[in-house]
Amino acid sequence: MEIISPEGLRIDGRRPEEIRRFNCRLGVLSRADGSAYLEQGNTKALASINGPHQAGDKAKIKHDRVHINFQYSMATFSTNERRNRPKGDKRSIDISQLMREIFQSAILTDLYPKSQIDIHVQILQADGGNYSACINAATLALMDAGVPMKDFICSCTASLVDSKTIIDVNNSEELHFSNPLLTLAILPTSEEIILCQMKSRLHADHLEDILKAGIKGCKDIYEIMHREVLNHVREAAAVMNAT
Amino acid sequence: MTIFHSCRGHGTYLQDNKLKASVAGFVEKVGKLICVKPVKSRYNGEVGDVVVGIITEVGQRRWKVDTYSRLDSLLMLSAVNLPGGELRRRSEKDELMMRQHLTEGDLISAEVQSVHGDGSLALHTRSLKYGKLIQGTLVTVAPALIKRCKTHFHNLECGASIILGNNGYIWISPLLKEDAENQTTKSDTSTLEREIVARLRNCIMALAERQMLLYDTSITYTYEASLNYQVSQHKK
Repeated sequence: MEIISPEGLRIDGRRPEEIRRFNCRLGVLSRADGSAYLEQGNTKALASINGPHQAGDKAKIKHDRVHINFQYSMATFSTNERRNRPKGDKRSIDISQLMREIFQSAILTDLYPKSQIDIHVQILQADGGNYSACINAATLALMDAGVPMKDFICSCTASLVDSKTIIDVNNSEELHFSNPLLTLAILPTSEEIILCQMKSRLHADHLEDILKAGIKGCKDIYEIMHREVLNHVREAAAVMNAT
Repeated sequence: MTIFHSCRGHGTYLQDNKLKASVAGFVEKVGKLICVKPVKSRYNGEVGDVVVGIITEVGQRRWKVDTYSRLDSLLMLSAVNLPGGELRRRSEKDELMMRQHLTEGDLISAEVQSVHGDGSLALHTRSLKYGKLIQGTLVTVAPALIKRCKTHFHNLECGASIILGNNGYIWISPLLKEDAENQTTKSDTSTLEREIVARLRNCIMALAERQMLLYDTSITYTYEASLNYQVSQHKK
């Protein structure tokens, strides 16, 4: 199966450097301090924030900054094959650890000493770029919760097919293991790279191209996320002014 | 945003000599001070605020109180009025009796006495209007929805008293009868009183869902408007 057709289109009809349909909403859960729902193509994620609140575990209290507790999980029905995904397996612990480090670099952690922020992200439907969707959803939820951050964290995936770069890779494209898969997360205004994760091998000559494509994807996603956050604040302002 | 020669307020940070917003919200300027207030956040306590809280822990000469703040608030044994005499030395006996006075899960109304360096609040109940809350309902809303008023204790004409905590916790209770000497002995509440409390709770929930500011007038108006319906007909 070809990933890019002779006409230059991908399996789902996108151009190589085009992101998937991106939908997001803030404040979807009333009980959480902050929440966000996100759709990146068919990948769907739900993020909720609890905190900053008093750290429950005495051992986790840090006297100069906030403790971030990240939980990543996938719903049983998120993939084609329905199966129970026990919480706290090695893989999801690894991902949670990685995500904690990512968010520590953007949240202004020294403002809330001795407290804790819980971030829970669940992938409701997995269609490639799960980590990206997870990072983007968590960023939006943190914005909704009013947690001070340096910048957005925007994430996007990129890959290389027949020396052509493609971005925002979906599941059927991800399944070609021979192709490299780059997961990138950046702070869009400073273009600082927070996460750069590569699966499979890639010739060093192509690294620059694939990085550039990934950063462009992140910035495209940033545009949409930024617009949505501004809309959310404007809506709140309109309600405030009306009363 | 790039503004020079201005003071950095809450919700902002400096990067490369530029002032940037760290939260998504509304900009507030007071002279040179620039703050960004997030759309919603946890309760930021200020001295003098009336709060309603839940006791979470009984410790050494202090209670820990959940006030929807970033950290647990503290209520010192020395900051409460103990039964029997206002000015009295607190003995070790009092320390041992702390759990009889207030225990985990008890609700209290209190005032913010001071804010500690790490952002946690010290509370006090050194007035007869503060203290343990019994017989009533707690409603929690976003702290931003509580309008700051001269008083946060209201006796509504409909026959209930209400405490609008600045931290978004609201306490609704039936009006205390004048002849009731000690409120702790009051154990029976009539169906009518219960209905009033339930109706008020529904009104507050409805106002909060529409992001309307909560204060005595808005609650009274909503209550009057709701009289056309049975309590059981209300949503939720």
